[in-house]
Amino acid sequence: MSPNILAILPELILTLTGILVMMAEPCLAPATSRKPLGWIAIAGTVAALASSWYQIQFGTIHAFSGTIQVDAFSVLFHFIIGAVVLVTLLGSLDYFQGHATHAGEYYALLCFGSVGMMLMTCSVELLMVFIGLEISSISTYIMCGFRKGQATGSESSIKYFLLGSFATAFFLYGVALAFGATGSTNIYAIAHGLQTTATPYLAFTALALILIGLGFKVSAAPFHVWTPDVYQGAPAPVVGLMSTAPKAAAFAVLLRITFTGFPIYQHRWSVLMWVLAALSMTIGNLGALQQRDVKRMLAYSSIAHAGYLLVAFTAFPFDGIAAACFYTATYAAMNVGAFAVITQISGYEERARTIDDYTGLGQKRPFLAALLGFFLLSLIGIPFTGGFFGKFYVFTAAIHGGNIWLAVIGLLNSGIACFYYLRLLAAVYTKPGTEASARLNQLRPISVSAAVGLALAAVATLALGILPNGAVSFAEFASHSTLIEQGRQQCAASPDNCHLQLNFDDR
Amino acid sequence: MNSFAAAQVPIAAYLILAAVLFSIGVAAFLIKRNLITVFMSIELMLNAVNLTFVAFSHMWHQVSGQIFVFFVMVVAAAEAAVGLAIIIAIFRTRQTLNVDQIDLMKS
Repeated sequence: MSPNILAILPELILTLTGILVMMAEPCLAPATSRKPLGWIAIAGTVAALASSWYQIQFGTIHAFSGTIQVDAFSVLFHFIIGAVVLVTLLGSLDYFQGHATHAGEYYALLCFGSVGMMLMTCSVELLMVFIGLEISSISTYIMCGFRKGQATGSESSIKYFLLGSFATAFFLYGVALAFGATGSTNIYAIAHGLQTTATPYLAFTALALILIGLGFKVSAAPFHVWTPDVYQGAPAPVVGLMSTAPKAAAFAVLLRITFTGFPIYQHRWSVLMWVLAALSMTIGNLGALQQRDVKRMLAYSSIAHAGYLLVAFTAFPFDGIAAACFYTATYAAMNVGAFAVITQISGYEERARTIDDYTGLGQKRPFLAALLGFFLLSLIGIPFTGGFFGKFYVFTAAIHGGNIWLAVIGLLNSGIACFYYLRLLAAVYTKPGTEASARLNQLRPISVSAAVGLALAAVATLALGILPNGAVSFAEFASHSTLIEQGRQQCAASPDNCHLQLNFDDR
Repeated sequence: MNSFAAAQVPIAAYLILAAVLFSIGVAAFLIKRNLITVFMSIELMLNAVNLTFVAFSHMWHQVSGQIFVFFVMVVAAAEAAVGLAIIIAIFRTRQTLNVDQIDLMKS
């Protein structure tokens, strides 16, 4: 197999699956179930995950004239994105049942969106990053407004669209200025060019603009204002996807750009990251305290989690990348799981919106309630869940990097976060009144596919909490692979500085 | 030849024009109240970026910046198609394009 095909094998499989689903959709009679198309998409996602696994044995693959670099780092993020898409697909197979919408388009858009996200994680050329970012964004803009008749759905869609495009323009302006300062849009060439650039302030402005653009995408405060409205109005399975997979991809890009593209400015951008992390954690958690709508509350919670993740950027490169990779994996598992439960409870019609609507769930649907409780405990960061180890590694990395105060702010925030997660949990395990009881009796029984999806998310969250060793060594391997490659590229560009660049090899 | 080179517009002029255009786009995005005008201001920002790319591409004598511009234009077209479709969906459900009235989800 040519290295070019091998490098983009998962993306290729998902693109073909998406096209197949899209072509099959209009061939089906309008009234027939779209479930078979969902199963095709699931098969494609599983094949993409398998091909990602297959890529590992080849080490670092360079393809398409150095624009694509497949390494352990990109494979890790491919796994996260693929798994999130798989859980979302399994959870939404029955979501459209009985509603005359073109559900086939939804499955195709999910495939295309994940192609964009995966492409972002394995690009080392900002042009490819931009194209991946747009493929993923445009797909999610449409999926947000998938319930066309509902005013909140299209409102959520337009807000995501306008602010997402606004952010992309900032990102692009940053890329243009980086090109101006270094003469290239390749991340490694930028890193090399920065050492001799005549215009360091232009380069730093470029980085700041790129940070603003990606800060919007990961919903870090103060660029978070769109998040609550968009999450509240979008369909629950789509929120589960877009609060995890595109964010994971954007964080992967952020890690690559900051740690391998602009490492010589680390003393400057780590200050920016410090401020962004502290603001995101505080604003996210304080905002979530005031919410009654569950999706809106989890939107603020996702802002806070973006803040915890940004803490990792203030650490040393090796620790920081490894902790960020591990935290992204745990956050993706628990958040997509929580939204998979919400999908099952609220359904297409959004029957359960506020915290009060969840009253008595524990009595009527003990299985779903227990899973929701588990995911919420993991989001709090209770030991023996993935969330605990994620926070542990991130804060440890920050303390090693000398940012004790940021870790303290993070721990205080974790305490505040208990209140709103536990408020929802308390409602779930309160005795229902007659009205709530009648509403809960209308809940449809959970399908086998959705149960498999939920089980996948729960097992991943639990496994990351009680047996984190495998995932941690994979995260460290991923961190190592990007930094090794950075060292190799710098050695190739300027052999005199070689010994300086390979110091992290000792670890 | 020399007189021609001296008559060339300096690169700074292009960059300042692009920065001004980008700022006008940002200001219009924040001030304007009609969805379509807000959307147009994003297109203005993207064109400012394109101008920056072309100017730097000329400065570095590298064609890669101009190739980037083509991709930006293609993506902007795709974005416009989706964006206008969403704006139509908004108008069908709400009968308005004023951003101040699209606020169903205030907490």
